[in-house]
Amino acid sequence: MDLANFSIQLLNSVQYGLLLFMLAAGLTLIFGIMGVVNLAHGSFYMVGAYLAWWLSSMTGSFTLALLGGAVLAVIFGLALERVLFRHFYHRDHLDQVLLTFGLIYIFEESRSILWGDDVHGVKVPDLLSASIPLTDTLSYPVYRLFMAAVCVALAIGLYLLISKTRLGMKIRAGAFNRDMTEALGVNIKLIHAIVFAIGVALATVAGMIASPISSVFPNMGAQVLIMCFVVVVIGGIGSVRGALIAALLVGLVDTFGKVLLPQLAGMLVYMLMAAVLLWKPEGLFRQ
Amino acid sequence: MNEVLLSARDITKRFGGLSAVNQVCLDLHQGAIHAVIGPNGAGKSTLTHLLSGDIAPSAGTVTLAGQDVTGWRPERISRAGLGRSYQKTNIFLPFTVWENVRLAAQSRRQRAVRWLSLAGGFADTNERATRALELARLQHRRDAVAGTMSHGEQRQLEIAMSLATAPRVLLLDEPLAGMGTAEAERMVELLLRLKAEHAMMLVEHDMDAVFALADRLTVMVNGQVIASGAPAQVRADPMVQTAYLGEEH
Amino acid sequence: MSAAKANLELLPRSLQALLALAFLALALFPLVGTDFYVQSVARMMILAMFAMSLDLLLGVTGLVSLGHAAFFGLAGYALAFLTPAGEPVSLWWTLPAAVAASGLAALVIGFFVVRTHGIYFIMVTMAFAQMVYYLFFDNKWLGGSDGLYVNFKPDAWLFDLDSKLGFYYFTLAMLALVYCFLRRLLWSPFGRVLAGIRVNEHRMRAMGYGTFGYKLAAFTLAGALAGLAGYLYAAQSGFVNPELMGFHASAHAIMMVILGGMGNFAGAIVGAFAFEYLLHWFKDLPQVGAFNLGKHWQLWMGLFIVLVVVFARAGLLGALERLTRRRPAAPVPTEEERTA
Repeated sequence: MDLANFSIQLLNSVQYGLLLFMLAAGLTLIFGIMGVVNLAHGSFYMVGAYLAWWLSSMTGSFTLALLGGAVLAVIFGLALERVLFRHFYHRDHLDQVLLTFGLIYIFEESRSILWGDDVHGVKVPDLLSASIPLTDTLSYPVYRLFMAAVCVALAIGLYLLISKTRLGMKIRAGAFNRDMTEALGVNIKLIHAIVFAIGVALATVAGMIASPISSVFPNMGAQVLIMCFVVVVIGGIGSVRGALIAALLVGLVDTFGKVLLPQLAGMLVYMLMAAVLLWKPEGLFRQ
Repeated sequence: MNEVLLSARDITKRFGGLSAVNQVCLDLHQGAIHAVIGPNGAGKSTLTHLLSGDIAPSAGTVTLAGQDVTGWRPERISRAGLGRSYQKTNIFLPFTVWENVRLAAQSRRQRAVRWLSLAGGFADTNERATRALELARLQHRRDAVAGTMSHGEQRQLEIAMSLATAPRVLLLDEPLAGMGTAEAERMVELLLRLKAEHAMMLVEHDMDAVFALADRLTVMVNGQVIASGAPAQVRADPMVQTAYLGEEH
Repeated sequence: MSAAKANLELLPRSLQALLALAFLALALFPLVGTDFYVQSVARMMILAMFAMSLDLLLGVTGLVSLGHAAFFGLAGYALAFLTPAGEPVSLWWTLPAAVAASGLAALVIGFFVVRTHGIYFIMVTMAFAQMVYYLFFDNKWLGGSDGLYVNFKPDAWLFDLDSKLGFYYFTLAMLALVYCFLRRLLWSPFGRVLAGIRVNEHRMRAMGYGTFGYKLAAFTLAGALAGLAGYLYAAQSGFVNPELMGFHASAHAIMMVILGGMGNFAGAIVGAFAFEYLLHWFKDLPQVGAFNLGKHWQLWMGLFIVLVVVFARAGLLGALERLTRRRPAAPVPTEEERTA
């Protein structure tokens, strides 16, 4: 593999890893802070992609679609938390698994009823449709760099939020000792709602920005959900830092694996997970 | 002098920069009750977890009946002859009293896995379980569902279960926790009955019980032993009085 | 730490009587049912066996596996591979081989998975099951997304599996065997340890039990029994594909166990029948105006699942037990009752 090809694969790995991170961060935050496992997390990704397609075909602008979609995602997340998830924080994991599995069905069918089952493409906005030349024959799409940049920006934003703001402090306190935090006058219910909305928004925005590359199709949520779970298992539940490292690791193994060992391609990531389980059954950065 | 059945040497547990238990030495003799007292956060429960294998030590050794059991998993230490009861009642609430002790006693069966015979039909297991119930004075409650019993009875069951594995060493973490006077008296009487055949460690806050029961006394503060010896001696130690007993009495 | 609810392990007399009646009804059904329904009920019995194998893991031991369908499908694929293109193969060696294959897969996957706890366990079982799914989906030589055909029903010598009646009674016999075996296992020393692990694994370890070994054994046994069901499923339908193995199929199995009532195996049977019946009912819903209700069965199923989780967690047998109960506390079982 020459340098140009290697660079492309490396960039692809990082970009894929960062996208997975956005999903995994949401999942791990929601589980780490509220103790809820959410099988429907992949559905948010799917909803994001369909929103991107629908809004951009309605308004003609991908940017408007992104902004509008993000706002809708936050509202949707808050509503879902208020109506349903809030009542399941104390229930056991089996109940949560079943509830969210039921939600997968509901989301998939609602999507099918509202938007149909066809595969759709989303047009990359003109501003970002160029490619950066690497050699005479190879170039790298600007849009992928844009995707990676958005993920990095959101990752930094998340880090700053959690470690440097008062809200972040309340979130961390609530995760550490819920009752004490409440006794100190913090509105825990609101904190939980905000965390949930952030998780949903991250997944939805991930779906939105990925849609021009991956297209928009039914069942896209299920594929990404498994990878997301693998990342969380490897990284350690509740650890956002672990999710980042694990996501990049998975991105590298998956991308290079498909190129170097195509027969084993799909299996390599699982083998990585199995190896981590043998060494650290609770993930690399277990809280 | 009676045989030393459990011995801890310089046992230490560090969490990050904090030493929850720092170079503690302890001996448990057959036929004697060794009480460990100290203020909240002194490391008494952590010490118990270190001895039973629930937590792995950062340094130091634990010897059980002459065998080095440092770092062993809890199930292995249990099989080597150690039994313990917990501060927070740790029984099987949906099962009957009988099933609780029977399951504890069954752990001693050497034959590993029996798939097709009825669990209730093994004489040796049943005998061990019955004896444990008798010692704990709970036979009359054998058919009660554990979750429906009073707190005191559940604490009795907690002890019965630690006896059902026929251990030589008993670690008891606050067995009198949450008990009224009458119940506490019964528990003290039970513990005295157990003394002859076991080496016992007792972590307790109830000072009346401690001085009624203890043959030896160790005082821990901030993870370290500040005094250890005969109860009368330790009681008179000025350091102990300021650190702990002075506030209680 | 002992927070688990009590399972309905001991079936009250009234429920036992009902079950005996149900078994009788199943035995007599082919005399009144059409060929189509005889086949349907046979399939429900196969799924009931699958559900019972999951109940051993989920209801008895407390292990929430989202990957159990992998072992169900693997045995079906084993039959497909072992059946040549031109003639049937003998059941008497292929069935044990397929069950052993599923059991072995469960042992290997279990070795990695059983060392995790709680939510990790759920996630890794799901991940490994999807790994198996993608393994078959992506590889043409394993059948790919199209799946494989089982060209002939296996030859079972005494039973004529090619006839609907023969297959039905063979399946019924297997169902009864598996149920009796599992009931017996529940009250054996091994079964009591599994129940103890569900209620309070920490205390079990403190009492001297090597819980990893027991959980692994349960995982392997459950996987092997799932394989038994999967083999029969493939034999009946003549076709296997990766959809048999994904986490959707596993989640359906969990629903069956929950719906019927966990921990006593009878609930798994009831739940399997109820779930399958409901699934087909949803799929057969008519067109109302421009809206095809049946096409969107997943929506109704999803809503149903959500409602069951919110309102009816003890399942059908749990509800039935509450209705038929006369005294507030459950009676102490005698030796006879315990062996039922």
